[in-house]
Amino acid sequence: MKRYVARRLMQGAVLLCMVATIVFFLGRLTGNPVDLMLPEDATAEDRAALTQTLGLDGPILDQFAIFVGKAIHGDLGMSIRMKQPAVDAFFDRLPNTLVLIPWAILLGMLLGIPLGVVAALHRGGLIDRAAGTVAVLGVAMPSFWLGILLIFVFSVELGWLPSGRMGGPAHYVLPVITLGTFLVAGFMRITRSAMLEVMESEFVKLARIKGLSEAVVIWKHCLRNALIPVLTLWGVFVGNLITGAIVTETVFAWPGIGRLTYEAVIYRDFPLLQAVIILKSILILSINLAVDILYAYVDPRIRLA
Amino acid sequence: MTPDRKGETVLEVRDLHTHFFLRRGVVKAVDGVSFSLRRGEVLGLVGESGCGKSLTALSLMRLLPKGGAQTIKGEVLLDGENILERTPAEMRQIRGRRISMVLQDPQTSLNPVFTIGDQLREAIVRRKRAPHAEIMKEAVAALRRVEIAAPEQRIGQYPHQMSGGMKQRVVGAIAISGEPGVLIADEPTTALDVTIQLQYLKLLKRLQAETGMAILFITHDFGVVGRMCDRVAVMYAGRIVECGPVRQIFEAPQHPYTRALIASVPKMTGPVGRLTTIEGQPPSLMDLPVGCRFASRCAHVEQRCLDAYPGTVRVGEEHTADCWKVMPA
Repeated sequence: MKRYVARRLMQGAVLLCMVATIVFFLGRLTGNPVDLMLPEDATAEDRAALTQTLGLDGPILDQFAIFVGKAIHGDLGMSIRMKQPAVDAFFDRLPNTLVLIPWAILLGMLLGIPLGVVAALHRGGLIDRAAGTVAVLGVAMPSFWLGILLIFVFSVELGWLPSGRMGGPAHYVLPVITLGTFLVAGFMRITRSAMLEVMESEFVKLARIKGLSEAVVIWKHCLRNALIPVLTLWGVFVGNLITGAIVTETVFAWPGIGRLTYEAVIYRDFPLLQAVIILKSILILSINLAVDILYAYVDPRIRLA
Repeated sequence: MTPDRKGETVLEVRDLHTHFFLRRGVVKAVDGVSFSLRRGEVLGLVGESGCGKSLTALSLMRLLPKGGAQTIKGEVLLDGENILERTPAEMRQIRGRRISMVLQDPQTSLNPVFTIGDQLREAIVRRKRAPHAEIMKEAVAALRRVEIAAPEQRIGQYPHQMSGGMKQRVVGAIAISGEPGVLIADEPTTALDVTIQLQYLKLLKRLQAETGMAILFITHDFGVVGRMCDRVAVMYAGRIVECGPVRQIFEAPQHPYTRALIASVPKMTGPVGRLTTIEGQPPSLMDLPVGCRFASRCAHVEQRCLDAYPGTVRVGEEHTADCWKVMPA
């Protein structure tokens, strides 16, 4: 297990280097932030001065060398717009996103897993087809569209829920639904296919031969096995949530790292963009590793192997 | 077990029909099977792959595979009560307690994510309610009974930590922990190593002697029949074509199919020669002939064999065969 974790950490480090390189060069393809920061009638001298202050005047490879040199020491630069270290800006906003994610996952599992089980039990039937439709909708609906639709219905028309910004519990409802909808679909589909496979197993037959009730056969013997592939997806889903948060947080004016990413792109805040992407990558990699370790606890065959 | 109850019929199957209703036709996998099983007896059900042995067993358990299988006719009398008429809830009470089953593949018969102890416990609590510690004590005893060494340690282990032979013993322990009167063993040794096979058969024999349960032993191996069974029923294309005491079947098989099966068992003695095989293929269960189902492969086929099914003929005490040739003129 130790060797496994060490190998995974190595792989993660390599991946991070690649991510950092890509985001550095890709960010610079978007243009010069100076254009956005100075008024339109600014003189050429002003522009040159600001470009120099921001460290954007040298050859791009030199800029990259400086960036790497600092990054190794944990310094990802100052945010151009926020005038504070980019890393600090990220960690200031991170908690706001982290309070959304568990609720979205909870919503996804609470609805998706039982739906998947029921769909598998009624394979080909009305419930299965209805659940299938929900799954397609959940995956196909873009979250910016769903978010705006929810705001329109529940905030504008009905006036039941706030349309954005952080606040009390009511503020969580719409963003969580927007984030969680595609998870419901994801959890449902995986649970359904895993259940269908498990239900054919010989050990399920033996459970019935023992005279166990259908409830125990399905919800204990089948589901526990079906949850193994479901759990693997956790890592993927959390990754999706963190990226998905960009759109959702923007729609709901939620001050988390998703909105921070959006702002960094829009304002060409290169140091902030780099910091946000790199730190998010670290976050996703650690979650994936944690899930794989957790996996071993659900499946004893892995635990003891 | 009181000795006077030995020999009494515990399971009687009458004219059982289980068909698969598929879009492209009806597969008559079990098509008029009748036999009976007495207390303390081992009845072998022999036949080649696809003849309907396993489906017969699953029909008795009422655990037919999904996808169109249905028992459409017949009676399954367990202690005189037709269990085909019981509701699913009543059937759950019957399973495990009065009729139980051991499956073919020990590698997949146990749930990989629960401990052996947990899976045994589930079967034991069906029979009695008791504090956890007491149930676990019984689970240890059940493992000991199927000759598993160090059962106290094994109880906390998962299936993947055991060998195939050991797993099959555990499956056996689970199957009989409800003290059923009838145990169906569906090729329980087919997936085991030859050396382990014999041990398992001996174990089953011993458990049977101890509990007095009746065993329906399904196999395609006539060698195993001679070792295990009191009586044997030979199944071909969805029907039992010959049934009788093992000795009589071996010494004087009446049905040509039985004779061919016995002849195809490799012998350890005598000159080495080519293995005897049965030429041809069994008929399609979707398109069965009107006459004898073995006719197309039979060396003694006559016109009447093709025209009509012979029906079951009594050829000796407890010995029957479905063949025109044995019919008294």
